[in-house]
Amino acid sequence: MRKVPAWIGREARFAMLQHERNARRSQRRQGWGTAWFFVVPFLFFYVLFLVYPAIQVAYLSLTNADIAGQGNFIGLANYAELFHSQDFWASVWHTLYFILLTVVPNTAVGFLFALLVVRLRRLRLPVLAAFFLPYVLPVSVVTTAALWLLDANFGIINYLTGSTAAWFADPNWAMPGVAMVTIWWTVGFNMLLFMAGLQNISSEIYEAAALDGASALQRFLFITCPLVWPVTSLVLVLQLILQFKIFDQVYLLTLGGPYNSTSVVLFYMYRLAFQQNRGGYAATVAIALVVVIIVGSALQFRLLNVRRR
Amino acid sequence: MKNQHFSVLGGLCTLLTMIMALAWVFPVYWIAATSLKSETQTIAVPPSLLPWPPNFDAFIYVIQNSPIFRWYFNTIVVSVSVTVLTILFSLMCAYALSRIEFAGKTVIYWSLLIGFMLPFGALVIPLFMLMNKLNFVNSYLGLILPQIATPLAVIVFKQFFDEVPRDFRDAALIDGASESRILFSIYLPMNWSITWAMSIVTFIGTWNNFLWPLIITSSTTMLTIPVGMTQVQSAYGIAFAKTSAIAVLASIPTAAAYLIFQKRVTQGVMAAAGIK
Repeated sequence: MRKVPAWIGREARFAMLQHERNARRSQRRQGWGTAWFFVVPFLFFYVLFLVYPAIQVAYLSLTNADIAGQGNFIGLANYAELFHSQDFWASVWHTLYFILLTVVPNTAVGFLFALLVVRLRRLRLPVLAAFFLPYVLPVSVVTTAALWLLDANFGIINYLTGSTAAWFADPNWAMPGVAMVTIWWTVGFNMLLFMAGLQNISSEIYEAAALDGASALQRFLFITCPLVWPVTSLVLVLQLILQFKIFDQVYLLTLGGPYNSTSVVLFYMYRLAFQQNRGGYAATVAIALVVVIIVGSALQFRLLNVRRR
Repeated sequence: MKNQHFSVLGGLCTLLTMIMALAWVFPVYWIAATSLKSETQTIAVPPSLLPWPPNFDAFIYVIQNSPIFRWYFNTIVVSVSVTVLTILFSLMCAYALSRIEFAGKTVIYWSLLIGFMLPFGALVIPLFMLMNKLNFVNSYLGLILPQIATPLAVIVFKQFFDEVPRDFRDAALIDGASESRILFSIYLPMNWSITWAMSIVTFIGTWNNFLWPLIITSSTTMLTIPVGMTQVQSAYGIAFAKTSAIAVLASIPTAAAYLIFQKRVTQGVMAAAGIK
């Protein structure tokens, strides 16, 4: 309870205390009811459409259910099958290959663009918009543009570069093609995070270093790079989590082909569930993905907390 | 002398930046340009960079021969509903988690943090089964409801509410204000910019969502535009002008939202990544 100053008269003092006590009491009485009134609208949908499916997916992975949910408990048989499935391990390798082609390049390009954009003044917003615009487009528009620009016969990229690659029809070029499109689409996001990191570095550090005779290259290597590292590690982990979940681009560009060369984990799961009607086994694939993502996200939280401290 | 050296280097850098930026938006320009050509012009060699005079045949064809208005309507209904409900429910939930003491608060917050990590793609199988049981497959409810169950906005709003000094709420309580009055007349206006930012980001994200509409819709009339446009394309075969025209129509709302509210979108995207 707050202290009431002595100069306040007895009555006023009494009224004030009374008022505070009432407010406090009604607050306590309200506490439960109001709190749940505020929490329930969100929580209802959250439990029904996120918590329940999350529990259900774990249970389904122990059954041979079809996509309507009808099936019997079969213990760990799905996991045994998954472990021996060549198609599953192939999809894991394809996903890892995609990660190799995107995570570091996407982070590096994002960093480069951020460096280029932060030094601009009047041109900053339009240039920023140019790099970021693809990120807000629907994925099907992005892939439409990609299929058109990378068309083997009429595409302007093959026309300009003289390349004869058949891109999404060639098993060797399909995954690099998907990776390229992904970088074009999402690099703006990484650039934004890096720009925030770069703007956080105080200009006094650069001025002091310049006074001490550090060259531009030295300032970049010994000030910018280490100070921007927390953001870099965050971007790398975010990218890792994000690219594990790749589905849309593969579905739209290659449908997992040619010869399954771009069948990634989530696409493999989609096909099992919605084309082969194997809900239970597909749920097992989902669980495998969840485990990987949770480990990645735990890493992300650690990084964010380190940053805050 | 030294200054001159620097300005030449700086100029080169700026030039390089401009070239990169132009190259980066070129695909967007190319789609827009292609949509204004006739089909024969699209496969002309060498390709023409400027479609002049503009030819609107592709747009007219697409509007007359596809349910694009229906898809637009569906996508607007879904995106607006998801945005309004997500923001309203998240504000309320975040306020309670940040400011009111009640049993179960910590458990709820931790469950939100765990739920935030779960990839939506891994939950689509049980979600689809649930929707099937509820008879929501191929309906607006089926499209909308699972998309408002994401805890991201709650986590972001809670972080912002945590930073408002507690005195504002205490003073208002003493003056007899109810909790909803405090949220909507004090906390909301104080955090107006992040609320607005999260709204625009949610809208863009819902408009662009591909996986869920793909799974939950089965009839042509219930498709959203990002899914619908792919159907039209496979029906057209190789028809670059028409394909581009529908792509232009599909991206106008999100591109416009971004270009108009550039700063807000930036803020929302950063907040969603955990950086303020």
